[in-house]
Amino acid sequence: MSPTFDTIIALATPSGTGAIAVIRLSGPEAISIANKVFRGKDLEKQASHTIHFGTIRDGEIILDEVLVSLFIAPHSYTKENVLEISTHGSKYIIESIIKLLIGEGARPANPGEFTLRAFLNGGLDLSQAEAVADLIASGSKAAHQLAMQQMRGGFSNELKKLREQLIYFASMIELELDFGDEDVEFANRDDLKNLIFQLNKALDRLINSFEQGNVMKNGVPVVIVGKPNVGKSTLLNALLNEDRAIVSEIAGTTRDTIEDEISIKGILFRFIDTAGIRITQDVIEAKGVEKTLEKMKQAKLIMYLVDPFQEFKEIELHLQEIAVPDVPLMLVMNKSDLLTNEKKIEFNSINPLYISAMNLAGIEELKDEIVHKVNLHNINTDDVLVSNIRHAEALQKTQDALERVLEGLDRRVTSDFLATDIKQALYYLGEITGEVTTDDLLKTIFSKFCIGK
Amino acid sequence: MFKKYDIIVVGAGHAGCEAAAAAANLGSSVLLITMNMGTIAQMSCNPAMGGVAKGQIVREIDAMGGYSGIVTDKSTIQFRMLNKSKGPAMWSPRAQTDRLRFAEEWRLMLEQTKNVDFWQDTVTSILTKGNTINGVKTSLGIEIKANAVILTNGTFLNGLIHIGEKQFGGGRSAERSATGITEQLRELGFESGRMKTGTPPRVDGRSLDYTKMEEQWGDENPSKFSFTNTEPSKLQRCCWVTYTNTAVHETLKEGFEKSPMFTGRIKGLGPRYCPSIEDKINRFAERDRHQIFVEPEGWNTVEIYVNGFSTSLPEDIQYRALVKIPGFEHAKMFRPGYAIEYDYFPPTQLSLTLETKNIENLYFAGQINGTTGYEEAASQGFIAGINAHQKLKDQHELIMQRSNSYIGVLIDDLVTKGTDEPYRMFTSRAEHRLLLRQDNADIRLSPIAHELGLISTSRLEVVENKIKQSAELVNFIKNTSVEPAQANTMLANLGTSPIPHKVKLINLLSRPQVSINDLRTYNEEVNKKFETYSTETLEQAEIIVKYESYFEKELEIVNKMKKFEDHYINPAFDYGTLESLSTEAREKLSKIKPRTLGQASRISGVSPSDITVLMVHINS
Repeated sequence: MSPTFDTIIALATPSGTGAIAVIRLSGPEAISIANKVFRGKDLEKQASHTIHFGTIRDGEIILDEVLVSLFIAPHSYTKENVLEISTHGSKYIIESIIKLLIGEGARPANPGEFTLRAFLNGGLDLSQAEAVADLIASGSKAAHQLAMQQMRGGFSNELKKLREQLIYFASMIELELDFGDEDVEFANRDDLKNLIFQLNKALDRLINSFEQGNVMKNGVPVVIVGKPNVGKSTLLNALLNEDRAIVSEIAGTTRDTIEDEISIKGILFRFIDTAGIRITQDVIEAKGVEKTLEKMKQAKLIMYLVDPFQEFKEIELHLQEIAVPDVPLMLVMNKSDLLTNEKKIEFNSINPLYISAMNLAGIEELKDEIVHKVNLHNINTDDVLVSNIRHAEALQKTQDALERVLEGLDRRVTSDFLATDIKQALYYLGEITGEVTTDDLLKTIFSKFCIGK
Repeated sequence: MFKKYDIIVVGAGHAGCEAAAAAANLGSSVLLITMNMGTIAQMSCNPAMGGVAKGQIVREIDAMGGYSGIVTDKSTIQFRMLNKSKGPAMWSPRAQTDRLRFAEEWRLMLEQTKNVDFWQDTVTSILTKGNTINGVKTSLGIEIKANAVILTNGTFLNGLIHIGEKQFGGGRSAERSATGITEQLRELGFESGRMKTGTPPRVDGRSLDYTKMEEQWGDENPSKFSFTNTEPSKLQRCCWVTYTNTAVHETLKEGFEKSPMFTGRIKGLGPRYCPSIEDKINRFAERDRHQIFVEPEGWNTVEIYVNGFSTSLPEDIQYRALVKIPGFEHAKMFRPGYAIEYDYFPPTQLSLTLETKNIENLYFAGQINGTTGYEEAASQGFIAGINAHQKLKDQHELIMQRSNSYIGVLIDDLVTKGTDEPYRMFTSRAEHRLLLRQDNADIRLSPIAHELGLISTSRLEVVENKIKQSAELVNFIKNTSVEPAQANTMLANLGTSPIPHKVKLINLLSRPQVSINDLRTYNEEVNKKFETYSTETLEQAEIIVKYESYFEKELEIVNKMKKFEDHYINPAFDYGTLESLSTEAREKLSKIKPRTLGQASRISGVSPSDITVLMVHINS
């Protein structure tokens, strides 16, 4: 392939110890480099899309028994020669093999470089390349599906339909402008308005889906509030089932802001615990209140974590203080094993979810409740969704331009200014799917209207 | 017999005349060779200049010191500013001209231009030395040497005229065609193609009944094309509008089987936006009538141009159909309509200076490049003349931008995308249409022309004064207050809402219903102030006040694109090594050799990802 490209290498599976790991090479020398250290069949003589068993040796030392998969250019993801080595997932083995291959002439890949090559070599269009980057970064099943769908071009198809309608609309206006002197039909303003309303509706759906798409990709934001030492970190650990957040008995150990991504039932959640939301004595801490409120407004769920040592009245009061319109609020009582019966009767009136993070009690029920409360099941992943900020912005600008067209129609501005805004709308749509040229407009004009003296 | 010229211009149509004038005015010695000294600047088709987008081109040529605007003003028989009801970017000057006076004025102006010599002859081949032009050879066998040659052959190269089943060689009605040049250029490695165009019949105005047609007069206060001190036409002639009907269409259909268009005898592709009448009724069968414009050919002639009735059907069918048009019942035909096929050279073989890529110092302009229209041709000739001179004198080349002129749009489109049908300018081809207005052609282009030496310093000062004065006036409008009591009667009369409290004048003028002249009526002081400015300045200030926000938005886009337009690509860049480009992009880029990333992005078949690839490689 392109002579300016060298051969790159990287670990293709997540770092850390797993059962197996895959090391990937891409570039003109991928096969010959690997062949130098592989003991088995001569890789350079094998067909594309074949798998070979053998050993990787550093001199006479066998590093590992491996499986090598071959993809010969251009029949690979990057359109270059690609070779994948499946090894056992030991950190030592992985590092040794990569080091060995670098010694033979490969270069460590930069982040995203495989995708960049796929794009530069013409394997992907820009929107697909972005989707692949999303796919790589997707931390959950839903985000994965979204990226997969975008890659298949569902998004592009929907936009293509919109664009065609808009081009027709634009060509009607251009017809008026360039051939107004002649016996031509004029664009019916009411029809134009209707068309824009329709377009806007579709754009609305796409733009709104960005929010959902974004949520799926970046995690559903859940804000946790609660007094210090109520067990927030312990709860996160319980949800995570791993020792990732710091757990401590000393209040305030948690840093100012901590965000933890946790996948629950295939959906990625982002748990946000900000210092500003920590509830001290009776009031929400003055510091960072605004920032706090902002976070709470953006959240899909606010979780108020309490423990049996808090006063019922205090909790009742806080529940009112932290309520944000349209954001569901969830009361969770931690350390419920320490709850006295009297208190439990008292608390039952405000219906908290009882858990014990320390003992992993009630965690499954909590997970169910979280998924239920954020109400994501109305997202149909078969729908076309926008998950890319660049696309969302372009769609927004398209819509802004269309709004100006509507405004212009109401103010009865002349059609050349309407045309300016229509063309801008087309321009921004084009930013996602490709160019719209004036040729497209003229072609439509000539095929549909009788003009010319 | 001949000295060695700096530049030889072959052909004396709109392109050739502007090319000769521009090069000569810059100081090159020029020989203009035409087959017939009697038909210099002959309007082969309709006797009119300008129109939508085309009028803007004439204004641009004029702003830069070309002659087309002046010649048009001196031969106008009716002037109309088209599209006055739309925004200022659409205002398009159009003049009906006297065909004979137009040609006469052109010849007079050329004869008065220093450095232009004339020779009546037919060029049969070009002379080359290696890959550089060296002169031309004529049908008389004369070899004339020159350092540069500009070919503006119009429809004459292997021209073939069709009327019904008859066909004969010719470059124009009653004129010979030119042979030999195409064949030679093909041998030199040029690609050529065939195009087709047509013209309607001419009739005797004395035989028409105008009471059955609608009158179409020119503007009450006619404007003009030139920024110089030419006079707007005081007298004007009337034009008329009439319509075809189903009886006309039925008669025309009788001739379809003898139509060179439908029988396939015509191979060249004709312009879709200037279809023949048979094409209109064939393709748009549902329409039961088409507009016909009845246009006089001049002050002192009864000849009438039947605009909208271009045809190559047999002459008897033409006649029988014509007399079924209301007002044409007793029409006498002067000349039949005809179609003409001619050779053109796909303009992707040119660089943005209009010099050919194959032969150094050889330039093409006009229909030879696949365009149609007097204005398109004139502007190409003008730019080719300038660039031929500049290159010979080691001066910088002139590349017009898409953001500064229709001429820039035209040449960039031709050279970058090519064309397979006769190319005509439309405002929709100009993405920065709002900025390319007829009112500011002088503001846009005078500095460029002055720097080249095509317009005088005093002319530039007039433009600078226009800019200064209109800015001053805009300032006045922005800062002068008006009381409700002063303005509300006027506003009520104009059908717009009253002002509740004191506002600035700009608040009133921004309303679509209020014109700058309305402002004069309410206040004597304002009127006095306005009286000190020229009509042009007032108009300029009004346009700025009303549309400034749109212009600014457009300018923003121009600036955004600038990073691509200014991103220079070495013409020697080897695209063959970039395997990451699509095959089509690689081929097209190697052929077009774009000057900038912007130009590259406009090549058909070059996708946004190809441009990204280019960016990565050019930068690395």
